[in-house]
Amino acid sequence: MIEMLKERVNGDAGLVRRGRYLTTTFLLEIGKTAWLIAIHEGRIVAVTQGPFVMPSSSFALRTSDEEWDRFCELRPPPGSNDLMALIKRRVLKAEGELQIFMANLRYFKEALGKLRREGAAA
Amino acid sequence: MSAKFEPIIGRYMHLELSGRAHRVYVEEAGEGTPLLCLHTAGADGRQYRGLMNDPRVTRNHRVIAFDMPWHGKSSPPQGWHDEEYQLTSTQYTAMILAVIDALELDKPIVIGCSIGGRIALHLALEHPERFRAIIGLQAGAHVDPYYDLNFLHRPDVHGGEVAAAIVSGLVGPDAPDSERWETLWHYMQGGPGVFKGDLYFYKIDGDIRARVAEIDTRRCPLFLLSGEYDYSCTPAETLAVANSIAGCEATIMKGLGHFPMSENPGEFLQHLLPVLEKIGGR
Repeated sequence: MIEMLKERVNGDAGLVRRGRYLTTTFLLEIGKTAWLIAIHEGRIVAVTQGPFVMPSSSFALRTSDEEWDRFCELRPPPGSNDLMALIKRRVLKAEGELQIFMANLRYFKEALGKLRREGAAA
Repeated sequence: MSAKFEPIIGRYMHLELSGRAHRVYVEEAGEGTPLLCLHTAGADGRQYRGLMNDPRVTRNHRVIAFDMPWHGKSSPPQGWHDEEYQLTSTQYTAMILAVIDALELDKPIVIGCSIGGRIALHLALEHPERFRAIIGLQAGAHVDPYYDLNFLHRPDVHGGEVAAAIVSGLVGPDAPDSERWETLWHYMQGGPGVFKGDLYFYKIDGDIRARVAEIDTRRCPLFLLSGEYDYSCTPAETLAVANSIAGCEATIMKGLGHFPMSENPGEFLQHLLPVLEKIGGR
């Protein structure tokens, strides 16, 4: 399912345009599964599923299967509707070089929001 | 085709705050009981455009919103360029009372959201005799920091973009798109370090947990309204405050978020109008 990110993000011209100065690779870990997501100038170029031996990434977002499921509902309940809401409840950990995450926060929220059931915006 | 104007009138007021000259932008609409509106951190008085444009409010209320210094069309005081802006409870309280005095408002109703909701609790505790009633939106006694506030003001992160991106999820899911993005635009327009400076009050200096239960609603009625989708000041936090104060009335507003008056004015008014009616009937 995470693999859908490439098509959904790259198909949104506005999102790609807003991300045009963003080139990085970040790690998304949901429960026991991890993905490395490589972005080049706003386009997702690769979504690679682990396990990894020595994954290199600028930052990592880690959460549980249950929390991610709720986040991905079409209308998530209060407290599950936004990456910052998960961070506030300490159920999503953001670790690493967070300048990249924060400088492009709208991009990351909208990109990951595309993983919602119907692909609605975050 | 003739121009279509809203009934809102804006003016610049000169007044001294904390011993320094300030130029403060004030908007108002309507006639009747003064209703003084306090905006959220990092935003400005435009958040109350829905109230000021609704005849159900303005036919018997003089609705007034000022942009706090450093916000909206209010400038920072002379010398600002060498200072770090930090809002404190003392300055914030003095500012509100100074505006009331300057405008000669007789026992206004005050309505404040987020930091405005927090200072509303301070006002209810310390200056209840100055107000006809106090309405706190998204008002809690304290919020723990949940991200590194330094990201709000550093040269390698755009302050406006990050402020809006941080608060975007605080808008409720039912907000009309135009109002959602209007609300976020205000955040994008904030001056450097201003949102961060406001949060000094919200997350550090303005903690009122130890004293909030001392609020006496017999001296001034207190109403709390909070949006269901607010994870900054959660419904649970608002209810905790309400439960600790005898006579305090609390409403949790379904589907709304942290900016009810701005993100979804139509829905918010369904909750506010009965409160104003109740206050008017006292």
